[in-house]
Amino acid sequence: MKNAVRFAAALALSLPAAVHAHDVWLVPSSTVLSGAGNWITVDAAVGNDKFYFNHAPLRLDNLAIQAPDGQPAQAENVNRGKLRSTFDLQLGETGTYRIAVVNDGVFARWKQDGQPKRYFGKAEGLAAAVPAQAQELEVSQSLGRVETFATAGKPSAVKPAGKGLELAPVTHPNDLYAGEAATFQMLLDGKPAAGLAMTIVPGGSRYRDKVGEIEVQTDKDGKFQVTWPQPGLYWVEARAEDDKTSVPQAAKRRLSYVATLEVLQP
Amino acid sequence: MRKLLLSALLAGLIARTAQAADLGLNIEIPRLDVAEYHRPYVAIWLENADQSVAADLAVWYDVAKKNNEGAEWLKDMRQWWRRSGRNQQFPVDGVSGATRPAGKHELAFAGGAKPLADLKPGRYAVVVEAAREVGGRELVRVPFDWPPSKAEHLSARGEHELGAIAVTLKP
Repeated sequence: MKNAVRFAAALALSLPAAVHAHDVWLVPSSTVLSGAGNWITVDAAVGNDKFYFNHAPLRLDNLAIQAPDGQPAQAENVNRGKLRSTFDLQLGETGTYRIAVVNDGVFARWKQDGQPKRYFGKAEGLAAAVPAQAQELEVSQSLGRVETFATAGKPSAVKPAGKGLELAPVTHPNDLYAGEAATFQMLLDGKPAAGLAMTIVPGGSRYRDKVGEIEVQTDKDGKFQVTWPQPGLYWVEARAEDDKTSVPQAAKRRLSYVATLEVLQP
Repeated sequence: MRKLLLSALLAGLIARTAQAADLGLNIEIPRLDVAEYHRPYVAIWLENADQSVAADLAVWYDVAKKNNEGAEWLKDMRQWWRRSGRNQQFPVDGVSGATRPAGKHELAFAGGAKPLADLKPGRYAVVVEAAREVGGRELVRVPFDWPPSKAEHLSARGEHELGAIAVTLKP
């Protein structure tokens, strides 16, 4: 079971739309806070129905939280349930916290004595996992970021990580309001990602008939704009594939990005 | 009322010396028949035509709580928090004040003093936003021109968290 969950999450993070598995997301309890030293709690899950916990918890091994000053912040009470993982975070500083699960690993599949085998994990473990007699070996690198943002007091700048796919604010991710247009820039290894297909899904699908996706493409500067139709949580996703692997055995690099953004009522 | 007259009179004196107009506010917090009542947080500010904040006039919240814990719910006045509150450290001198009970509350601002003295001629609005624990949130806007060319009495009314809002302008 543990492996199955891990595999589902791995698939969700690593494979392109053609082999679309389950989606992943974080759900923060609050994104806009006042006062000092307040706590938020964050849920993390794998599943198709955005922000409903009905499939599997997201692994938090690679949780990386960045405080407003750029330093790492520590999550507390990290817990994995049947349907979701949770953790708490104290916003001790004024500004924006970038809360992310960043998975950087390899996915390998091969045949051994006619049997299909697979490995998903860190690149360092690849050599030990794949036997010399492996046939039809296919290795790809996967780099995925699943994140959300929370701000205490005045929003502060979000510095790009410079690695993989990520969203860079033009409009601050904690300054979003229904009926207003927001602009973001998608970056791939820190450079503008042009022509990228963005999928934006509003939460609350249980209480309506249609998924209500918003599909947009990034322009030549990697930018896209969205006018939020209603307040609530939104799932923002992009995927890409290239050959800029940092793992010699891997021919392809699969990239994914997911953000959970909260849009407020003006 | 007498207080308003007096302050208007005083303000009038100042205005004459500073050659500026005055602004009076009357803000009604409605009496609500609810099982659990908490006084609302209320923010009152002057808004520019582009909805940015020209000046905060008052913010009523739980100022007396230890460790400034009352600031935790300032964000519930979400329009004000976005436009102004989040850019400041609380409490703010001359702006922060304790929550007020149900009833009518008068405020007077002399044209010769801050923040009105810095106000450039143009179209503004007085905005009043209230948010109540276990209750709702409401925002009422009263647009006006500054400086006023004649004495004016403008008003608007909230529906659930705010009652009558009156703005009195004196040239």
